[in-house]
Amino acid sequence: MSASGSPTRSDREQRVLEIIETARAKRPRFRDERITLAHGAGGRATQTLIEGLFVPALASTRSNPLAALADAATLEVGGLRLAMTTDSYVVKPLRFPGGSIGELAVNGTVNDLAVSGARPLALSLSLILEEGLDAEVLRAEIEAIAAAARAAGVEIVGGDTKVVERGAADQMYICTSGIGAIDPRARLSPDALTPGDQVLVSGPIAEHGTAIMLARNQFELDARIESDTCSLWPAVDALLDAAGPDLHCMRDATRGGVASVLNELARASGVAVVAREADVPVAPVVAAAAELLGIDPMHIANEGRLVAFVAPAAADAALAALRAVPSCEQAALIGAVRREPPGMVLVETSFGGRRVMDQLVGDPLPRIC
Amino acid sequence: MKYVDEYRSAQLGRVLAGEILAELEPGRHYKVMEVCGGHTHSIYKYGIGDLLPENVELVHGPGCPVCVIPMGRVDDGIAVALKDGVIFTCFGDMLRVPGSQYTLLDAKAQGADVRMVYSPLDALRIARENPDREVVFFAIGFETTAPSTALTLKRAKAEGIANFSCVCNHVTIVPPLRALLESPDLRLDGFIGPGHVCTVVGVRPFEFVPLDYGRPIVISGFEPLDILQSILMILRQLSEGRCEVENQYTRVVPTEGNVRALEVMADVFELRPHFEWRGLGFISQSALKLSERYREFDAEERFAVPGVRVADPKACQCGEVLKGVIKPWECKVFGTACTPEHAIGTCMVSPEGACAAYYNLGRFARDREAV
Repeated sequence: MSASGSPTRSDREQRVLEIIETARAKRPRFRDERITLAHGAGGRATQTLIEGLFVPALASTRSNPLAALADAATLEVGGLRLAMTTDSYVVKPLRFPGGSIGELAVNGTVNDLAVSGARPLALSLSLILEEGLDAEVLRAEIEAIAAAARAAGVEIVGGDTKVVERGAADQMYICTSGIGAIDPRARLSPDALTPGDQVLVSGPIAEHGTAIMLARNQFELDARIESDTCSLWPAVDALLDAAGPDLHCMRDATRGGVASVLNELARASGVAVVAREADVPVAPVVAAAAELLGIDPMHIANEGRLVAFVAPAAADAALAALRAVPSCEQAALIGAVRREPPGMVLVETSFGGRRVMDQLVGDPLPRIC
Repeated sequence: MKYVDEYRSAQLGRVLAGEILAELEPGRHYKVMEVCGGHTHSIYKYGIGDLLPENVELVHGPGCPVCVIPMGRVDDGIAVALKDGVIFTCFGDMLRVPGSQYTLLDAKAQGADVRMVYSPLDALRIARENPDREVVFFAIGFETTAPSTALTLKRAKAEGIANFSCVCNHVTIVPPLRALLESPDLRLDGFIGPGHVCTVVGVRPFEFVPLDYGRPIVISGFEPLDILQSILMILRQLSEGRCEVENQYTRVVPTEGNVRALEVMADVFELRPHFEWRGLGFISQSALKLSERYREFDAEERFAVPGVRVADPKACQCGEVLKGVIKPWECKVFGTACTPEHAIGTCMVSPEGACAAYYNLGRFARDREAV
């Protein structure tokens, strides 16, 4: 309030903004009449679907891990702490520079376990195939799945196959579920972000989404950009070793990109995250493609990059440990957790200004994973 | 990125901010309107306001192509999209613009074949590849995008692509700017002029701003240094008592504009006698339709469209936002009933819309000091 007592323009603006934040902090209600592609894009529409429909209907008790909205559920079975997760893959095209749907189906599920602090153990594999699919295409994907599972150190232990009429699916969809053993070093939780925590990313961002965009050839841009798909367990293992209980939370930055991760966790922990744009690693060719398409690299999907929140005392050790892991050489500290304003993500722009960084409402690019 | 990063230098930004400060008359409040939605987006994206003192106020103008489309035109588009055999193409921003019932995205979920394109030439390619389907392009934009629609139609005619047509919503920037300057409730000190429009029309069409209304206007580029430099040039004109059109964006904007593009536009389009603008009402001679020579490609002729005028929702204050009379946050429904997820007004949809830019990027303002 101004000293004179009557509210100034900026006081009124502040009050409007506070009302908006209160409204945003409420559990969203799912009121849409139909499902649109936005509901699958991993941004705010997906969040509304999950928190407004799935959680209220399915998480009947407070202790149900679904309500925690983590990448994987944590279960205690006969004294053993396990993590469980499931994911489906509908990427188009099936093959793209740096990977394929089969490789994604393994790494995506492995990574949801890994960032939950669990060493991935076993996956199940369900296939939905379109009538008429070339057997060679299927064979190639099964080989890709086998190779990715070997590289990630997991076994495929069960599966299911369905075939639908031509036109009822687009070539093939894959669903994998996985279980892992929670590592005794891990003390992770989405609500554990603490003011002062440093934010780490494990390497240059936005490569998977950009590679898929270009592979679709819709934009007639010619650039060599490969998907970053890989297992994140080695990176997680190194972080747990270096930071232990000082490692407060991790997420793999898939759909919705790093921006979605920061927003989800800022909200879950009731803190602010301030990112420094100039410190976020982005390959020049990716930055140029994103610029042309008018998309912020922070909103573009990754399939082998994680974001970690580490107490300040352990941040340098965590960064050094991460950089020693192959494919994480360019890991970087990109920001910090602050107390105010709770639930918001801010960016210090390279130009010296500041802006809000929200989740996207929809995705300009459906079927990216 | 070469030729881009140079215009985003934080160091030079601080130098310009210092020069702006030196140009200010202490205690005076300056209101500068950026005409273009592209500028609005840049201002929030880079946090340019954070480098300005509090008494330099940026007011957002009407130059956002998606924002000015009235609901009735969206309904017409949806009616065409829902017709059997039609492939409906438009730019991505248009998909979420609310009509009186729903959006094009909702129409797509109901089975309409709606496709996002980046260029009207992509729409023409789709027409070529689908000769048994009617392919319609929903054209929007100011003089910036009108030439590409015109060239696409010329090519369609030359190739005889009969299954292609266009719903033309192209508008021109001068009439709404004049309407705005006529309005008594707006006190502005100067204008950041529309750089992209000027690459096509040149700088001459804006001479009326200083001549008839006594306000300086500086044609500006879209990078943060461009915008800061343009603000400085406006403030210099004010402190030196000058009032003229200046061109900051000389690396792109020739004084005469793009003569070839203007010729193509003159061939393909003609002025509509009047056109409804969202929130601004009818403005005469402010929009383009296909000329007689291209009538065969006019989707409004080819398909029966409702063509019904739909009043803007009562709660929505897009008109006042577009005129710069109120700030986005001063709208009654801003951020509560009207959000990017469930927009009531067009300004909340397009990334260039003032409400969307403020909501998505600018909602957190740093404290600034007045000089």
